[in-house]
Amino acid sequence: MQKTVSLTVNGKPVTATVEGRTLLVQLLRETLGLTGTHVGCDTSQCGACVVHVDGEAVKSCTLLAVQAEGRTVKTIEDVADGDTLHPMQEAFRDNHALQCGFCTPGMIMSALDLVKNNPDPTDREIREYLEGNLCRCTGYHNIVLAIKAGAAAMRGAATQAAE
Amino acid sequence: MADTGSPAIGTPVRRREDYRFVTGQGTYTDDINRPRQLYAYILRSPHASARIDGLDTGAAAQAAGVVAVYTGKDMEADGIGGLPCGWLIHSKDGSPMHEPPHPVLASGRVRHVGDPVAVVIAETLGQARDAAELVKVDYAVEPAVTEVGEAIKPGAPLVHADVPGNVCYDWQLGDPAAIDAALKGAARVVKLDLVNNRLVPNAMEPRAAIGDFDRATGEHTLYTTSQNPHVIRLLMGAFVLHIPEAKLRVVAPDVGGGFGSKIYHYAEEAIVTWAAGKLKRPVKWTAERVESFMSDAHGRDHVTHVELGLDAGNKFVALKVSTLANMGGYLSTFATCIPTYLYATLLAGTYTTPVIYAEVKAVFTNTVPVDAYRGAGRPEATFLLERIVDLAADELGVDPAELRRRNFIPTDAFPYQTPVALQYDSGDYFSTLDLATKAADYAGFEARRQEAARRGKLRGIGLATYIEACGIAPSAVVGSLGARAGLFEAAQVRVHPTGSVTVLTGSHSHGQGHETTFAQVVADGLGIPLEQIEIVHGDSAKIPYGMGTYGSRSLAVGGTAIIKAMDKIIAKGRKIAAHLLEAAEADIEFKDGQFTVAGTDRSKSIGEVALTAYVPHNFPHEELEPGLDETAFYDPKNFTFPSGAYVAEIEIDPDTGRLEVCNFTASDDFGRIVNPMIVAGQVHGGLAQGIGQALLENCVYDKATGQLLTASYNDYAMPRADDLPSFSLSTHATYCTHNPLGVKGCGEAGAIGAPAAISNAIVDALKAHGIRHVEMPATPEKLWRAIHQHQLAAE
Amino acid sequence: MYEFTYHKAASLDDAAKALAANEDAKLVAGGMTLIPTLKQRLAKPSDLIDLAAVPGLKGITEEGGGLRIGAMTRHVEVQRSDVVKRVIPALAALAGMIGDPAVRNRGTIGGSISNNDPAADYPSAVVGLGATVVTNRREIVGDDFFTGMFETALAPDEIVTAVKFPKADAAAYQKFKNPASRYAIVGVFVAKTGGNVRVAVTGAGPCVFRVPEMEAALAKSFSPDAIKDIAIPEDGLNTDIHASAEYRAHLVNVMARRAVAACA
Repeated sequence: MQKTVSLTVNGKPVTATVEGRTLLVQLLRETLGLTGTHVGCDTSQCGACVVHVDGEAVKSCTLLAVQAEGRTVKTIEDVADGDTLHPMQEAFRDNHALQCGFCTPGMIMSALDLVKNNPDPTDREIREYLEGNLCRCTGYHNIVLAIKAGAAAMRGAATQAAE
Repeated sequence: MADTGSPAIGTPVRRREDYRFVTGQGTYTDDINRPRQLYAYILRSPHASARIDGLDTGAAAQAAGVVAVYTGKDMEADGIGGLPCGWLIHSKDGSPMHEPPHPVLASGRVRHVGDPVAVVIAETLGQARDAAELVKVDYAVEPAVTEVGEAIKPGAPLVHADVPGNVCYDWQLGDPAAIDAALKGAARVVKLDLVNNRLVPNAMEPRAAIGDFDRATGEHTLYTTSQNPHVIRLLMGAFVLHIPEAKLRVVAPDVGGGFGSKIYHYAEEAIVTWAAGKLKRPVKWTAERVESFMSDAHGRDHVTHVELGLDAGNKFVALKVSTLANMGGYLSTFATCIPTYLYATLLAGTYTTPVIYAEVKAVFTNTVPVDAYRGAGRPEATFLLERIVDLAADELGVDPAELRRRNFIPTDAFPYQTPVALQYDSGDYFSTLDLATKAADYAGFEARRQEAARRGKLRGIGLATYIEACGIAPSAVVGSLGARAGLFEAAQVRVHPTGSVTVLTGSHSHGQGHETTFAQVVADGLGIPLEQIEIVHGDSAKIPYGMGTYGSRSLAVGGTAIIKAMDKIIAKGRKIAAHLLEAAEADIEFKDGQFTVAGTDRSKSIGEVALTAYVPHNFPHEELEPGLDETAFYDPKNFTFPSGAYVAEIEIDPDTGRLEVCNFTASDDFGRIVNPMIVAGQVHGGLAQGIGQALLENCVYDKATGQLLTASYNDYAMPRADDLPSFSLSTHATYCTHNPLGVKGCGEAGAIGAPAAISNAIVDALKAHGIRHVEMPATPEKLWRAIHQHQLAAE
Repeated sequence: MYEFTYHKAASLDDAAKALAANEDAKLVAGGMTLIPTLKQRLAKPSDLIDLAAVPGLKGITEEGGGLRIGAMTRHVEVQRSDVVKRVIPALAALAGMIGDPAVRNRGTIGGSISNNDPAADYPSAVVGLGATVVTNRREIVGDDFFTGMFETALAPDEIVTAVKFPKADAAAYQKFKNPASRYAIVGVFVAKTGGNVRVAVTGAGPCVFRVPEMEAALAKSFSPDAIKDIAIPEDGLNTDIHASAEYRAHLVNVMARRAVAACA
């Protein structure tokens, strides 16, 4: 059954016709061409599909497009400020926190969700927070370093902005 | 050997590919959509072994949106061949291995859960999947066998009717009489039975393939998640679909990890390419994760008996290994060489053991085909060797590090000819062991054990050394051992008129960072900035040729091909410069991007030379063609031999069996290192997979039904961030002696050395409980049982 | 996923009517279990009724000394709630162990208990704390709510609206995670209220269950040692590739002792 769904994606209003069974990730990737959000499993565990819905990290493979009606969705494509990388993206690059890059968008979206709630996480907190994000390349070592560095940079930017 | 002093080599340059990945701009196969594209859903066998008595696709073909439904019969009618195996092994008696057909779509029988039976192609994926449920398959289910030990028993179900006893080959390396004599003469023989657990590679990007057909040119294009697009073009074009190379383009764009699983030519690639040609529309297939579990080639799955003989002075005198290796239901592309030439040839390890014998039976079972997975044969060899050495140390009551040192190949003994065919060119096993044991405070461990004991925890320390053979090649050698392909690499270096450079490489990066490392090599070689160098890979239409990336071969083989092509560029550049500078060619030196007349300040930059080559107004036409574009094919003289020493420290909660990896220390010899940041990342990833094998990962089949019980991340335990520690790494370099960079390769080391280090630490922790071996993965229940059963016995 | 008809219920009545109208209709709350199930084609609902817009199902309030948690309250809200942390901190801790952060951002308490997965965390808290499940029709005592594997006392068109948790003097939850799925292989919730002790176990069997022998022993002496020798029979416990019934039975004792210790 076709449904019309309207939502905001990366700051732009979007209206699309979908099936009831269409997942948010399918809407993003196939209808909107936002292929930075990936699908790595069928059981909601790998986290390659994490996006922000109303500011919170959500697995877009486990949300129907129709459930996102009226909501605000942000994907990896909207994290950088134009050509200027977000400090978390920069930290992933500086710390070699990615290899094949497939899990990276979900990792970064999760990292941003973590830092929003916990601006100065410990290694242990980062490792526990990443329970829902699988990476097969990095052994997580550099991802932990990157998230720490990204969090520090974000705190620095926030302090600067406050001054 | 000294470094060149160039800042381009040895520098942790940030990866040039990362911008696109951190912004979501990478282009993976499933990100590609072609106009008028159709979607394929592959109907797979739910049974491990069954005869197909009927296959009715009529209702599915009539379903909404369905364009075509194809079965094995349709492919046979088009003369489609089976999937080929790339390596011929001969048994002890000289007979060639059994090589049963591997149809693309099942032909009358299915041999494992997930075996492709039919393909439904529709306008949308939902429609294809809906229609697949309407395909009626009349299966006559038959008994299945999934374990090698069961499969070789008399009366076991036959996976292939014409393969007696399910044995693909019964191969040996070494002299059986010599090994028996050597073991007889040994002062002590240590024996162990062990299993190398079956793994699923689990690259995070599921496999995908898009077939496209250009009616105007008759050219087929396959976009695929491959580690080696040219190899797929060769295998699929020549053996399966019979399409000449000139009409077949294979593109492997950004690929989300491979670990071996994306080397092979898979059925789905042939299906979409063939179907796109028939339907004259693009056809896309993307694996669901459950399909990855039941169709990507698995890894490991050995059952082994090993005996190590030592003399009275604790020197190893003999090693005998008998292995049953699971092949799965069919032979995957390189399956047959893994438990033979990439396994038994590594059994000398880092030691001087003079007599080594290995026999390997490769066995068909009703399981997914098994092939190379990160390390491929070498982790299996290292695991058994380092376990038996630790066991010997325990039985002798000597320190495991000391026993290893006593038997190491001396640092001045290189090149060293092992009794198992390989000649190691360089190495220094003492230094990496010293670095690792010092960094891990091996000497101070006892205090930590006691401190843990006061907290009620069992703490153990384990070490392992490893050797691996990387840079898989040389063609002449692999050809003599049964390889049906050459193993070289190709590169083209194209200096553009204004001095920027495009490098076309046959290596393929799926996470390894070639766009950065190779650019560093070129920046060093041509003396130009990184920003002016573009590395291109993954497209058979652009790149002259390629054998791809696996076996940690990219820099050693592919990097050397680039250097050989650069040598040709420089040689031609010297001629052009000599002409421009009115000097003798012999007097032209090339350094840091400048062609200089020796002993003068007269010089031309490579950019000026390139401009002259493309705007040849003043050019030695009688001697040279215009242009500055050179191709090289490089076939190395030998493998490379990275080595290292790892120390694991673990703690076990005896109440639950839960284990924590407290510290993991690695010291590796990768030869010269071009980008230390990328190398460290490769080690981290390898360690995670090695620790995963030791503690978490296990592919489990139901023995009775052959059902795959671990077909999702709900049941296959992938290492997560909180399962792993941060790692402590160091390196010590002895350069490879036969490639110009002196590099050895680093991609597999972690996965090779870690399982034994962890397992040795576990046995160390449980030694007091009388435990001499714990099979991988050492799950909490296994550890709890090991401890608990001992307690029961003692009570 | 099979196709279905999606409804966004505007009210509880609306949802109940839609549910009653078709026996193959299903409710969706956070969808964290349902959607993966649908994706694997393990269920084929004709209609999916989304509760997200139904008013009055969300939120945490202090009530009668305990807590009332609306059915559509997400795990993350329970995990982070200052009220929950103050009144029943063990409940906040339990919510923080469910799934992973992205799952906790969507999953709800009502969805979790209505689904009654044998390895879910919340059922142990509902039974362990002696909570009451409130539906659109009635109140159901926690002990009576969970009736079997994926089975509850809910009528086909009955909808959970809230869970009322009484405050305990002390409570703790200990979870031994499945290394792959991170669900509970065994989770034990222990609560002490006055002289009354409850021990509720999830993950080990087909459905959450209490351990009366442990409860009695702990009522006499609330210490880990008091239950050291109380063995759980392995009959009827789950066995799978991750843990045998024997091992689960053993873990129940270990986790129960640790939960008691954590109550201190």
